[in-house]
Amino acid sequence: MRIKWLVPTLYILFLMLPIYGLLSMSFKTTNEILGSFTLWPQDFTLENYRKIFTDPTWYMGYVNSLIYVSINTVISVCAALPAAYAFSRYRFMGDKHLFFWLLTNRMAPAAVFALPFFQLYSAVGLFDTHIAVALAHTLFNIPLAVWILEGFMSGVPRQLDETAYVDGYSFGHFFIKIFIPTIAAGIGVACFFCFMFSWVELLLAKTLTAVNAKPIAATMTRTASTSGYELGLLAAAGTLTIVPGAFVIYFVRNYIAKGFALGRV
Amino acid sequence: MNKTSNQKAWFFVLPVLILVAFNAIIPLMTVVNYSVQETFGDNTFFWAGVIWFQEVLHSERFHAALGRQLLFTFTILAIEIPLGVAIALAMPRKGIWVSVCLILMALPLLIPWNVVGAIWNIFALPDIGLLGYTINSLGIDYNFTRQPVSAWITLVVMDVWHWTSLVVLLAYAGLVSIPDAYYQAAKTDGARPLAIFRYIQLPKLKRVLTIAVLLRFMDSFNIYTEPFVLTGGGPGNSTTLLSIDLVKVALGQFDLGPAAAMSLIYFLIILLFSWIFYTLMMRNEEQ
Repeated sequence: MRIKWLVPTLYILFLMLPIYGLLSMSFKTTNEILGSFTLWPQDFTLENYRKIFTDPTWYMGYVNSLIYVSINTVISVCAALPAAYAFSRYRFMGDKHLFFWLLTNRMAPAAVFALPFFQLYSAVGLFDTHIAVALAHTLFNIPLAVWILEGFMSGVPRQLDETAYVDGYSFGHFFIKIFIPTIAAGIGVACFFCFMFSWVELLLAKTLTAVNAKPIAATMTRTASTSGYELGLLAAAGTLTIVPGAFVIYFVRNYIAKGFALGRV
Repeated sequence: MNKTSNQKAWFFVLPVLILVAFNAIIPLMTVVNYSVQETFGDNTFFWAGVIWFQEVLHSERFHAALGRQLLFTFTILAIEIPLGVAIALAMPRKGIWVSVCLILMALPLLIPWNVVGAIWNIFALPDIGLLGYTINSLGIDYNFTRQPVSAWITLVVMDVWHWTSLVVLLAYAGLVSIPDAYYQAAKTDGARPLAIFRYIQLPKLKRVLTIAVLLRFMDSFNIYTEPFVLTGGGPGNSTTLLSIDLVKVALGQFDLGPAAAMSLIYFLIILLFSWIFYTLMMRNEEQ
């Protein structure tokens, strides 16, 4: 079994190759890209990155994305916490049906909701605001957050709750002072997932915004279609969209495996 | 776990209920509304009954898109699940390399979906992309913008690249949860690696693999952005999956009635499959 390490190594190599292609293209000039294939930049340039950091239509895209992703993460996790607690601790009328109904929203194809969402958010006057995208993304993030948190909470023995009540804690006090610190890892993982799915989603974010809250991903598709072949610029913008994700993974690296199993292994 | 019965728990669920209902029920009702009406484009609507449903269910175009969708979903499931388990089995169990592996493997999951499409578009371009150029210089004629087969292979490889890590992480979480004592007992009994996999590891993986299949099934059925950016559904209609077809009908041609009927049929198919999986999973959990 000496060659066992080869399997993950080859897999990671396979994962990194396309990213390398993107990275190397982001340092090339348009002439070099369209001229002929080169393995690494012959004419190294930072022009593409300079353009992104100086042109507001570009860098505001990142700011907009980060704003609605953060709002969404806060709303989703805060709303999901009490709900997950209810699902993990109590039996109540219709609980199983409700849980499945929540999951169905995670399954709903975004394409189905694109047009009605546009009409709904226009009707309530939220079109082209960060809060609109943040609210729309709760459609699939809240069910996921409830699912993950429920998994982690079910791993905490009920005795913890009961002991706290015997010791004279009120529910609110117990929940904030004892329970939330106990499942801190689960909350971190839930935040990670909400961040991730809100960050990568484009169809709804694009449908609900025009100018003021336009996400970076939409700025990229527009560039790709209108200004023809500014591949270098596109590659640089793409490379920068990987950075926030890499940061977030680094913070939850120790819980990531358990988190992907939704807290239940 | 034994739970106490408490009807007041509904108050805990209320915020979630209100938020999701606002986002789910109102839009869904809009879709239902469109699916049974006809319009001549001047904002007046007429009752149309079930004609749109009949039209969609009998249209060759829908059948073709559904067929491509099923082919795609089962192909990627057949590749990603075994591959993910194999990689998870070969991964180190402790030490610094675990973190390195996990971080690098999770990276594709955090790239915006249209950037995934763009990365592969750039990577596979026949004349200037790393992959396309290499394949062509090996003497194989490859051009994903013109050959349907090449487009399909590129699409499947892209999805494997994008999502296999999810299966790896799930399977890995299942594997590290197996107590060492199990392996020691197997060793004492002189069990072969294959027997260890069959009788110790696979049963432990059952639950996480159910989650993996469920998530991959739902998400691959909803896939839109990546193939849209990579191939735009082409060449011809060869990679037009359900969502792409739906958006073409709804936003491209603005045929609201058929698009809404198609949405509902599409949603019901996903719901049916997912319900079967969910029931199986819950039954596992109760055991």
